[in-house]
Amino acid sequence: MVNLFIEFWHLTDPNVVWVLSGAILLGSSTGVLGSFLFFRKRSLIGDALAHAALPGVMSAFILFQTRDPFVILGGAIVSCFIGFFFIDYMVKHTKIKEDSALAIVLSLFFAIGIFELTYIQKLDIADKSGLDKILFGQAAALVQSDVIILGIAALLSLTIVVLFYDRLRLITLDRQFAQSLGINVPFYELLLTFAIVLSVVIGLQIFGVVLMAAALLFPVAAGRYWSDSLPCILMLCALFGAISGAASANISYLAPQMPTGPWMVVTLSLIFFISMCFAPNRGALMRYLRTTRNRNKTHDENLLRTFYVICERLSSYHESLAPEQVLSVRNMGTNALRKSIKRLLKHGMIERDNTLYRLTEKGLNEAEKITRYHRLWELYLTNRANIPAQMVHDSAENVEHVLTPELEHRISDELGTPVQDPHGRVIPSSDPFVGGIRS
Amino acid sequence: MNNPKLMQMAEKRKKTVLKVDSLTMHYHHKPVLSDVNFSIPEGKSVAIVGPNGAGKSTLLKGMMGLIPTASGKVSFFGEALKKKRLAVAYVPQREEIDWDFPINVFDVVLMGRYGKLSLFSRPNANDRAIVEQALEQVGMQEFSQRQISQLSGGQQQRVFLARALAQHASIYLMDEPFAGVDMATEKAIITLFRELQMAGKTIICVHHDLNTVPDYFDWALMVNARLIAAGPTEEVFTPDNLNKTYNGRLALLTEVTERLHKFG
Repeated sequence: MVNLFIEFWHLTDPNVVWVLSGAILLGSSTGVLGSFLFFRKRSLIGDALAHAALPGVMSAFILFQTRDPFVILGGAIVSCFIGFFFIDYMVKHTKIKEDSALAIVLSLFFAIGIFELTYIQKLDIADKSGLDKILFGQAAALVQSDVIILGIAALLSLTIVVLFYDRLRLITLDRQFAQSLGINVPFYELLLTFAIVLSVVIGLQIFGVVLMAAALLFPVAAGRYWSDSLPCILMLCALFGAISGAASANISYLAPQMPTGPWMVVTLSLIFFISMCFAPNRGALMRYLRTTRNRNKTHDENLLRTFYVICERLSSYHESLAPEQVLSVRNMGTNALRKSIKRLLKHGMIERDNTLYRLTEKGLNEAEKITRYHRLWELYLTNRANIPAQMVHDSAENVEHVLTPELEHRISDELGTPVQDPHGRVIPSSDPFVGGIRS
Repeated sequence: MNNPKLMQMAEKRKKTVLKVDSLTMHYHHKPVLSDVNFSIPEGKSVAIVGPNGAGKSTLLKGMMGLIPTASGKVSFFGEALKKKRLAVAYVPQREEIDWDFPINVFDVVLMGRYGKLSLFSRPNANDRAIVEQALEQVGMQEFSQRQISQLSGGQQQRVFLARALAQHASIYLMDEPFAGVDMATEKAIITLFRELQMAGKTIICVHHDLNTVPDYFDWALMVNARLIAAGPTEEVFTPDNLNKTYNGRLALLTEVTERLHKFG
């Protein structure tokens, strides 16, 4: 098995090179075109089109009794378009909604395809074996002549996207505005449909009719986690599609009896889950880390401010305090308090004094800054937003953790460099605090 | 220009920028608007008012050629829309697009230039300068690189307006630009309207808030399945016309036309 794997990636077998490059091209073209379906909120149409291709493939074989890729591809494209217009007609001219129209076309065309496939099995034609592979995909069945034609079709569909990128994006975002500019919207929609049909029918060889929807949608669903820019997302779709294509081809080589479609779904869903968890900004892990960091910051800053407030009452800023004293002023879980003390010790904000703790210079400055933010905001709300003084505390509790020096300056300037908060307490100055005396 | 007679003459000299002749529109074979006639002189701000389902948006889309008309003629500057397409800018309702689409503000506004670009030409420095200027006009220059998914309702509306401005059109057709926006945006839009009018542009808006019609608009089109009144706000925006627009359901008319269409 390992030997076979190494043999595959040595690429010495010319057939492997063909299958691999074919799979990569087909994978990227379905990935890219699928993203347009995704952004137009018509994801499932790809699934319906893939099923609609089946009777086309079978009819072409029955009529011409050949596996020539041109004939098969032609048949698939024709029946895909028939299916597409069928859906379009039902949506526009009957009371049937799009989801039902998709289901009708999908099942009807698939049923016809299966009838034909069964009929073909009984025919006495040499070439018929392997035709059923199209149901679940079989990358290893690709031969050089297939790959050349499928590859050209894949490049064609990608070229359409590159050439008409601006218009296709405009129509995807805002169809009516495009129309109002005099852009020939139906033409571009047909062009896009053509490119989608093309990448669906060529993808059938390796992904299969039944699981085609995954090849169209997983790449964009994963790509969306990594970027906010459409060109970037499209590149990622191509990359993810290519990876899944390559992986499917490899597996198909190792286990020729196994259909490749399911493997492709497994590969793509792996990419999707990795994206969902580890993508920066949107990924679940990063989000979790960010929330934890913010929560810790809130705890630490609250603790510092509590130290400051207690010290302020005692008029001595280097007083040593017991954790219990902190808890008597601020409602905080003992566990959270313990962890917070540990972090503040580590950062040199507080220091240990036997069983007590006291603020360091650094800690005092930080505590003063947070207190200043808190009281400035309370004053801002009472003075500017006309909120009663007894109701501003809760908002300031949150705002004190997110203010920046720049915002602080603006608030302070707008309030005319105030010295007292609405409760009559002193707003600490922004100058650093050295040894109890302002510099 | 203080002489009222002179002012009247100046008013008459103004050319008609939009003329609608017996326009009728259907939706799924049901009549939505019947036999609408009006014309609008240059430089006006025009409100289209009427109850829900009266056909206000339909009228706007019909004039813009976005949905097929059953009969009638619409002409801009005396010509068919096809010839004057780029002189007319359309601002759709905000809900019509998916604001989660991955694109930034600048690129959306740049789309206003697409009508002038031939198929394979890329937007040049001039187009970019026009976009920057349009963003400044609506006070959104700081948001140029922001994702549209991160905008508030008012900001979304400003982006739509900037996109229309980037078109450098002469007539602006807008579908409820004031719907769901904050006060600051509402004021900014009105300031923009005045600037546009000073530059001789014409603005036509579907508008919901009847209270602000006399302040914001100098013309009004009152619609309820047909045109109730069209003219200067102070002349047509009367209690009588409002009553006709909002209460005067002509039940019989609707019923008979529906029968007619089922029959035909």
